[in-house]
Amino acid sequence: MLKHLHRTEESVSPEVLRRLAAPDPDANLQSLAELDESDLPAAGGNPGEISHHWQDPIIEDLVPDGGSVLDLGCGDGKLLSRLMDAKHVCAQGVELDQEAVLCCIGRGVPVFHGDLDDGLRGFPDRSIDVVILEETLQTLRRPIRVLDEMLRVGHRSVVSFPNFAHWRVRKAFGAGGRMPVTPALPNLWHNTPNIHLCSIRDFVDWAVSAEVHILHAYVLADGLARVLREGDNLTATEALFVLERR
Amino acid sequence: MSKTLDTDDRPQSPRSVGWTKPQTIRLADAANPLPLEIGGSIHPVDVEYETYGTLSPARDNVVLICHALSGDAHVAGWDADAEAMGRTWRTRKPGWWDAIVGPGKALDTRRYFVVCSNVLGSCYGTTGPSSPNPATGAPYGLEFPMVTVTDWVQLQARLLDALGIGEVHAVVGGSLGGQQVIEWALAFPGRARKCIVLAASARLSAQGLGFNAVARHAVMHDADFRDVAYYGQRPPQEGLAAARMLAHITYLSGKGMDIKFGRRRQDGALPRSGFDIEFQVESYLDHQGRSFVERFDANSYLYITRAMDYYDAAARWGDGDLVRACARIRAQVVVVSFSSDWLYPPDQCREFAMALMRNRIPVSYLNVHSDYGHDAFLVETEIVERLLAGFLTTAPPDTAATRCARQGGCARC
Repeated sequence: MLKHLHRTEESVSPEVLRRLAAPDPDANLQSLAELDESDLPAAGGNPGEISHHWQDPIIEDLVPDGGSVLDLGCGDGKLLSRLMDAKHVCAQGVELDQEAVLCCIGRGVPVFHGDLDDGLRGFPDRSIDVVILEETLQTLRRPIRVLDEMLRVGHRSVVSFPNFAHWRVRKAFGAGGRMPVTPALPNLWHNTPNIHLCSIRDFVDWAVSAEVHILHAYVLADGLARVLREGDNLTATEALFVLERR
Repeated sequence: MSKTLDTDDRPQSPRSVGWTKPQTIRLADAANPLPLEIGGSIHPVDVEYETYGTLSPARDNVVLICHALSGDAHVAGWDADAEAMGRTWRTRKPGWWDAIVGPGKALDTRRYFVVCSNVLGSCYGTTGPSSPNPATGAPYGLEFPMVTVTDWVQLQARLLDALGIGEVHAVVGGSLGGQQVIEWALAFPGRARKCIVLAASARLSAQGLGFNAVARHAVMHDADFRDVAYYGQRPPQEGLAAARMLAHITYLSGKGMDIKFGRRRQDGALPRSGFDIEFQVESYLDHQGRSFVERFDANSYLYITRAMDYYDAAARWGDGDLVRACARIRAQVVVVSFSSDWLYPPDQCREFAMALMRNRIPVSYLNVHSDYGHDAFLVETEIVERLLAGFLTTAPPDTAATRCARQGGCARC
């Protein structure tokens, strides 16, 4: 299903980005209460678990053979391990969780145990081919500072996050009046690691205002990974952007 | 905090290397003296070392262990010569890293050929201040030359040469042993494939220098300290004991001491009875001080703490710039710090790992959450075991950089 995504030259339309940054609403909020699973295409897979694997082939395609990759919040190091095997990259992970760090070391992935909020200052400008921030942005105390640092250190940056404007999220909050709990955001308000959630529109707004160039944009919508389209701020559960600052 | 003995921690245990015998080798003589970092040279130099396991036919399974300040070459197992050599303390417990080294342990002696040697200037069989000065025939005392971490590493390389070992699979050590590992990574970029630095930084902080200054003051102002003259007489025991007591405080953490001792009193101690040992922490430190003077030479303590003070990887290899110094490293490196360590605090251990990252050299760094202070590198056995077992067995990454390193390095890498 992801085969078409191996062509990363397939780019998001500038028109789509322009409209996402425009102030038009995505949907009539009054109709949200009536929305249910049957009104919208079902999300793929088991709603109880969200896999981030859809992003991995996109990232793998983006990384040059023998290049350098820095994965911020690399978890147990599976992605880096795969990139080391498949693309012979010079890999470095950064991870906060001690157990995850031990997993990385156990699979031969170099990992720095530390806080991302200040973990990047060691790297010189433009010293890494691809810097990855997979599903971690929303957990950072200072997300913009980390994004700026990624753009400084990397030639290209990959950022993915759950889309807080997905219809399930809107329904849970807009109609249900409660902090949303969805397959993509399974935690309760008090135990969630997600402290800085944003929507696809918010992110595009930031990119435009910060003069960051969006090279590619992909979403997971209806269980399928594809290039970002208009309307995805309502239908996409997750988004992945490839950025650079020229 | 000494590690608790496993119930199967006996020479007969299948997980013990069993009975061990220290070996001695002459590595410098008049024809081939050992040049010293501060200038000049020394000979003769005898080195005591131990090995465990079997050297593979390809000679590619060597793990070199570097010991810390008061350590020795007796890493694992039970010293068969302990009584004969007057090292009675060794009859009561196995080597200092027995929890990690042995058949089926993290440093698995069925797989690796483990080597450890006693450092120059120490008092456990390697030439040191208590050895005879060839110029006088009497013990060197303070005539012994100032030796450094660099000299130790050069001497370890000589030992490997003598054993017919070129590249080593890994070099591992904690504390002052970890500083030797850092020096290994810098001095012999092509010779050590993996370097494991536990609870050590590229240079000691002002606080660490201060601890050592107090320790040496205690020794050198002991009434029995008369340089060389104390050999054969009463050694400066009180000063050395005080130095060791202070050192043990630096090996623990405030919280760790609260958990281990609190304000609890010794059994039977009368509260507020005066200046005898009353609190448990006093008793612990007193015991540590007393048992240390039985087994350690005061002059060796002076020399080794000074070597610890002097070590500065940035000064030696990068004109004061650690990042520049680390550009030459080719080994896979992992650095481990312990959150409550105040002798080699995490931010200083991290500095070395950061210096590698700034050179775009992949490195692993782990800050283990622990209340055991500096001692954690010996006490947090489970995590150190997992780390070692994982790190030692993974293949080096197949990157352009490592390919180049194998061919001796290139301008780009």
